[in-house]
Amino acid sequence: MGAGAARRVDGVTVSGVRATARIRARGDGRGGTSLPVLEGEGPLALRRTRGSGAEARVVLVGAMSGPLGGDHFAVEAEVEEGARLRVGSAAATIALPGQAKSEARYDVRLTVADGGELLWLPEPLISAGGSELYVTTRVELAATARLVLREEQVLGRVGEEPGRLGSRLTVRVAGRTVLDQELACGPGAPAGWDGPAVLAGRRAVGQLVVVRSKFTTHPVTARIVGEYAAVMPLAGPAALVSAVAPDGLLLRRVLDEALAELG
Amino acid sequence: MSRAALLVLADGRFPAGGHAHSGGAEEAVKAGRITGAASLEAFCRGRLHTVGLVGAALAAAAAAGADPVELDAAADARTPSPALRGAARRLGRQLMRAARAAWPSDELDALAGEFPKGAHQPVVLGVTARAAGLGAQDAAYCAAYESVSGPATAVVRLLSLDPFEATGVLARLAPELDLMVDRAVAAGRAVPGEGVDVLPAASGPLLEIGAEAHAGWPVRLFAS
Repeated sequence: MGAGAARRVDGVTVSGVRATARIRARGDGRGGTSLPVLEGEGPLALRRTRGSGAEARVVLVGAMSGPLGGDHFAVEAEVEEGARLRVGSAAATIALPGQAKSEARYDVRLTVADGGELLWLPEPLISAGGSELYVTTRVELAATARLVLREEQVLGRVGEEPGRLGSRLTVRVAGRTVLDQELACGPGAPAGWDGPAVLAGRRAVGQLVVVRSKFTTHPVTARIVGEYAAVMPLAGPAALVSAVAPDGLLLRRVLDEALAELG
Repeated sequence: MSRAALLVLADGRFPAGGHAHSGGAEEAVKAGRITGAASLEAFCRGRLHTVGLVGAALAAAAAAGADPVELDAAADARTPSPALRGAARRLGRQLMRAARAAWPSDELDALAGEFPKGAHQPVVLGVTARAAGLGAQDAAYCAAYESVSGPATAVVRLLSLDPFEATGVLARLAPELDLMVDRAVAAGRAVPGEGVDVLPAASGPLLEIGAEAHAGWPVRLFAS
C-alpha cells in the first residue's frame, strides 16, 4: 500500500501518512556519480537536478504539506565508495498539527562509504504552533568518508508560538560516535528550553557538522563566529558549528559564513 | 548504602575543585542573560534538564557498573565544546585525587590509570560512588545537584545576589530534580545491558557556545 492511504481529502483521518524516500549514489566509473536508487513516496518526492563535476544532486520536493500529527516520514540516503551526492530541499519543511493527536516522526538515515562525500543541506524545519514532531538524524560514516550536514530549526512561523519539537542528531565515524545531541523545545518540553542556558528566547537554532579525515591530524580551531555561534572541534575527525539566532535568515547567514571559512 | 558517605561526597566542601567553576553562569551574567534570582532560576532549570540530566545518567551508569571507558566516549560525543570537555576532565582528575584518598579502590585506580589527564567528571563521580558503597541513584543525585548548585553559588559572587535568594532557587528546583534523577537512573541502569546509546543526549546550545566565548576571555573569575 502506498503512502497517503491513511490521510483522505475528505478529512477521514485514521493514523497518518507513512512514507519513505530512498537515494543511493554510486560512482559511475567515469568520474561521475550515478543514482541507481531514487525513490520518492507520497509526500516525499525526489528530483535529480544538474550536478557539478563528479557530484550528483537531488532535491527533496514536498508534494504535500506536513508532516502532520501521526505522520511518519523517513529518508534514507546511501553514498557508495567514491561517490559524491548533494541533497537539498525545494522549500522549508513545516511541522503542522494534524487531526491525529499523536506525535509525528521524521527519521533521516545517512551512510557514506570510504572516499564518498555527502552534502546534506536541506532547508529549515519550521515548527508551527500546535504541531508535535520528533526528528532523528543518524549518520554512519566510514573512516575516510566526508560529510557536510546542516540542520536548522525555526520555532514558530512569524509571530507564532512554536509547537513541540524534539530532535536527536547522531554522527558516527568508523563505528565511533563523535556527536550525539538532543534538543527539545516548545510546549511540553522540559522547562528551561527557552531560558538563558538553552535558547534565551531566540527562535532559530542550527548545527552544521563537517567531517573530514584530515581533521584527525589538523583539527579546526575553536572560535566564536557570531553573537551566539561557535566553531568547535569535536572529539574525532569532525567539526561542529552550533548557532542560535533571532530568526532563520540570520541563522543561515552565520552558518554559511562559518562553512565558507571551513572551506 | 551509607547515607553518611553520601553526605561526604555531596558536601560542597569536598575537595574536588568544583568551586572554581560557574557552570556557564559567569558568561551568562556578562552577556546579560542572568540578572537576578528569576533568570538564575531559568538558567539552572535549563542546565538541570540538559547537561544535568546527561551528567546524572552518566554518573548513574558508572555507579551501576557500566564500562567507564565507553561512558567517557559517550560524554565526549555529548559535549561539543572543547572548553567544556577540558573542564570536565580537569574536574574529573581533581575528583579522582580526593576520591582515591577518601575511598581507596581498585576501580578508581584502574580508571586513573586509563585516563591520566582525567576522565569526564560524572564518570569519575559514578565510580567514586561505587567505591564509597553508594548506588546509582546516589551518584545521579550528586551529579544533578552539582549541575545547579555550582551556578547558584557562583552567581552569589558574580552579582552579589542575596545567598538566601540563591538557596531559594535551589529549593524550588528540588521537585524537578527528583523527577529528573528518576529518568537519569533508569537510563543509567540500562547501559550495562543495552549500551551507551540509551543515555540521554540533551543539549543546551548556549551553554556550549557560551563556554567557548568564556574560554577566550583574558581575565575570568571562574575556570568555566
